[in-house]
Amino acid sequence: MKNPSEEKTVVAVAGQPNCGKSTIFNLLTGARQHVANYPGVTVEKKTGSYRFKGKRFELVDLPGTYSLTSYSLEERIARDFLLHERPALVVNIVDASNLERNLYLTLQLSEMGVPLVIDLNMMDVAESRGLEIDVGELERRIRAKVVPTVGNKGKGKKELFEAIWETSKDREQFSPIRIDYGESLEPILSELEQKLSEDTDLSSHYRPRWLAVKLMENDSEAQRLIENRSQKKDEILSFMESERDRFISQYGEAPEKVIANRRYLIASGIAEATVKRKKEVLWTLSDRIDRIVCHRFLGPVILVAILYTLYKLSIGYGYKLTEYTWPFLASFRDFIASLLPAEGFIHDPLLRDMPLWVVNGIIAVLNYVPIFLILFTLIAILEDTGYMARMAFILDRIFRHFGLHGQSTLPWILGGVYVGGCAIPGVMACRGIKDERARMATIMTVPLMNCMAKIPLYVLLISIFFAEYKGFAMFFIATITIIIALSVAKILSLTVLKKKEAAPFVMEMPAYHLPTVQGVLRRCLERTWLFIRKVITIVAVVAIIVYLLISFPGLSKERQTYYSTQASEIKQTFFKEIGDENPYAGLLSGAGLDRFSLYWDDYKKARMAAKGNKEKEAIDKKFRERNPEFFKIVKRDDKQAAKVNRAYKKLERKRKELRMEKREETIQGSLLGRIGYFMEPFTKFAGFNWRVNIALLSSFAAKENSVATLGSIYQAEEIGEEKMLEERMREKEKDWTPLHALSLMLFMAMYPPCIPTLIMVKLETGSTKWMLFATFYPILIGILISVLVFTGGNLLGLSGIQAMIAFYILAIAVTITMGLIKREPKFG
Amino acid sequence: MTLDEVKPGQECRILKVNIEGVTGQRLMDMGFIPGTKIHVIRNAPLVDPVEFSLRGYHVSLRHSEAKGVEVELL
Repeated sequence: MKNPSEEKTVVAVAGQPNCGKSTIFNLLTGARQHVANYPGVTVEKKTGSYRFKGKRFELVDLPGTYSLTSYSLEERIARDFLLHERPALVVNIVDASNLERNLYLTLQLSEMGVPLVIDLNMMDVAESRGLEIDVGELERRIRAKVVPTVGNKGKGKKELFEAIWETSKDREQFSPIRIDYGESLEPILSELEQKLSEDTDLSSHYRPRWLAVKLMENDSEAQRLIENRSQKKDEILSFMESERDRFISQYGEAPEKVIANRRYLIASGIAEATVKRKKEVLWTLSDRIDRIVCHRFLGPVILVAILYTLYKLSIGYGYKLTEYTWPFLASFRDFIASLLPAEGFIHDPLLRDMPLWVVNGIIAVLNYVPIFLILFTLIAILEDTGYMARMAFILDRIFRHFGLHGQSTLPWILGGVYVGGCAIPGVMACRGIKDERARMATIMTVPLMNCMAKIPLYVLLISIFFAEYKGFAMFFIATITIIIALSVAKILSLTVLKKKEAAPFVMEMPAYHLPTVQGVLRRCLERTWLFIRKVITIVAVVAIIVYLLISFPGLSKERQTYYSTQASEIKQTFFKEIGDENPYAGLLSGAGLDRFSLYWDDYKKARMAAKGNKEKEAIDKKFRERNPEFFKIVKRDDKQAAKVNRAYKKLERKRKELRMEKREETIQGSLLGRIGYFMEPFTKFAGFNWRVNIALLSSFAAKENSVATLGSIYQAEEIGEEKMLEERMREKEKDWTPLHALSLMLFMAMYPPCIPTLIMVKLETGSTKWMLFATFYPILIGILISVLVFTGGNLLGLSGIQAMIAFYILAIAVTITMGLIKREPKFG
Repeated sequence: MTLDEVKPGQECRILKVNIEGVTGQRLMDMGFIPGTKIHVIRNAPLVDPVEFSLRGYHVSLRHSEAKGVEVELL
C-alpha cells in the first residue's frame, strides 16, 4: 500500500445499511481489493484503489451505520476514521427510495467537515415506487455533488468517478451544512464553540462546531477526546455539564432529543423539496412477499423449508461433491509421498512419517472446501435478498430468552442443528449479529452442535450399545446438543459475557433485492479464501505438535530390537515358504524384496483407481514393461509364481499386523499415552478407561480421528475394516455397558472445537483469551455431564436407555428454567 | 398509550420517546421523532417482535422497546 513515489487520495465510502454500499464499492474498485480488520476490532475493513485521470484514489469502506453516535462499535469506527485518518472526501451512498432517513446520516457527515460526494443509489427502486428526485435541488441544498446511480446495473459509474475527481480537486471550496438547532440550543452551542476555538491545538484538529454539538449530545467519545486533548478540559466539561443540566430542567427534555429532532426536521425538509411522488404505490412487491414470508403460519414453514434446502444443498450435496474432489487431494498426497524417502519394512523414516502426517491433516481440512463454496454462495444470496432480517424477525422470540438473537439461527444450523454440520462456517456466519453479547454467545455455542466429524463415533456406539433403540438414540443425540447449547448460551450471557455490549433490537426490514451474480461470487470466494489462508499454516503446526506427542519418546532399544527380530523372522518364513530352488527367490533376495513391495503397492493402487477394462489393460501393459518378472508373480503366471504370490500375501499381512502392534505400543508409551493413563483414576467416574482417554486426546487434532484411533488401539488379529471395529471393541471392553457408551457420546457432543474452528473463533472474537475459553469450557461441561450420567446412572441403577431418557428430561427442565430467568435490566 | 399497544393494521403518531441511552438514541436515529406517523404492519409469528412502517421504510422492534414510545391513535 505504501508507494512513496505516488500520492494517493484517500476516499471514505459511507452509508446506511442496505443502501447498496458494497455494490458501489465493488463497482468503483473492481478486483483490486484488500480485506483486513480495523485495528483492534473484528469489524471488516475493505480497501480498494483505482486510477482516474492520472490520479490514484484509495477507497476505504466504512461500516454501514444509521448515525454517527458513540453507542455502537461500527459507528465509533466510522467516526474515528473520519476524525483521525482524515480522508480527502467521503462518498456518501444514499438510498434514493429512502431519502429522508439516509439524509439524516448525510447531515451528520457534513457537520464533521469532510467534503462530500452523494451517490444517489437504487434509482430504479425509487422509480418503481413512483418517486422522482430533483437532483439539482438536492445538490444545492446539501452543497455537494449528487450522482444518481443504479449500482447493481453499473449505471452512473463514470459520472461518479468524475464527481469524486472534481471534488478532490477543489476541496477547499467545501462548506459544511450548518444546522440551526433552534433558540433553545444555539446560544449554548455558540458559547461552547467559542470556548473550544480558544484551544487552538484542539480546534486545528477537530471542528469546534461539531465537537460542541457532540458534547451537548452527551457523547462519551467526544468527552474523552476533550479529556485527553484539551488544556482547558475542566472548564469545557464543567460548562457542558451545567448547561446540559440547566437545559434538561428548563425544557424537560435532553438536548440530544432536540438535536435529533432538528436533524430529522431538516432531512424531511430536503426530502420534501426534492422528491416528487408521481404515483401512489400502496403495496410494493416487498410488502406482498412479506405478507407470505412473515405470515403467522406460512412464515415458519417457509423458514424451515429454506433452512432445510440450505443444509441439504451445502452439507448434503457438498459432501457428495467431496467424493469427486477427494481423489485430487489423495493424488496430491501420493505425489508428496513419492518425493519422500520410501517406506521401511517395519520402521518408517521420520522424514517420511511426519510430513505425511502433516499433509494428511491439511488435506483433511481442504476436503471441506467444496462444502464451503456452496455454503458461502447460499449465505451470500440469503444476505443480499434481505431474508436474514425476516429470519431474525420470526425466531427472535425463542432465542432472546437464552441471551441469543434471532440472527443466531443460521450459525447454529450451519454448525449442525440436526446432524452433521460444520462449526467453521457457523462461526463465520456470526458476523452479522449486531448485538455483541448475543454474537459472542453464539460464537461460543456453535461448536456444541453436532458437526460431521462427531457422527462416526455416535454411529459406532449406537450400533453396538443402543441397537434396539437406534432411532431414538439418534434423535436423542441430535437434539440434546441444542437443548444443552441453549442453557449454556444463557449461562454464558449471564456470567462471562455480562459485560459485553448488548444492543437494542431495532432492526430494519429492508426491501427484498435480487442479488447479483458478481456480488455473491465475490463474497463466497473472499470467505473461502480467508478460511484457507488462515487455517492451513496453523493446522500444519498443530499437526506437528500432535505428531510429536504421540510419537515421543518412542520405543525403548529392546523393544525396537524385538520388532526388528520379528521382522526378519517374517522374512525368513517367507523365503522358507517359497523355497530356495524357486526361480524367483534370487530376484527377491536383499533389496529385491523392498523393490517388489513397492511394485506390488503401486500396482494395487493403479488397479484400484482404474475404471473399466480398457484402463486396466493399459495398466497391466505398463507394469509388464516395468518389470516382467515381478509381473509374473503378481499375475500368478506359473506354479512357482503363484507360490510366491501366496507367501507374499501372508508376509504382507504379518507385516501390517506388526506395524500396527508397534504403532499401538508407541502411542501407549508416548507423552499422550501417558497422559491418558494418568487421567484414568479421574475419568473412570465418567466411565472412560485409558484407551478411551487416548482416543479422546488424539481427537483434538481432528475429531473424525476418534474412530480411527480407537481402531488402532483396539487392533485385533485381523486387519479389519471399520465394520470389524464394533466386534473388536466388544471383545476388549467386555465390561462395557450402554452407560459407558452414553457417557462417551455425550462427551463427544461437548468435545472442544477443532483447530480450524478455534482459529475462526480467534478471528471473529479478536482475542486469544476467548479462543482458549472456547477450548476449555466445553471440556468442563463434557466432564460434568459424563460424570453425572455415568456415576449418577450407576448409583441409581439405571440402564443405558433409562439414563438417556432421564438425562433428556433433566436437560429440558434445566433449559426451560434457564429460559425463564429474567434477562438483565434494560440498557441505558 | 404506548406503541406496543397499537394493533396491527392501525396507524398512530408519535408523541414522545421515553427511553434514554442507547435504545432511545437508536430509535431517534431511525426516525422515531415526535410527530412521525407509524403504521403497525404485523406481529411476528410468535407475537414478538412487531413490524412497523414509518418514513417510507420498515423496521421491527420488540414490545419491550416499543413500550417506550408514546403515541396517539390516528
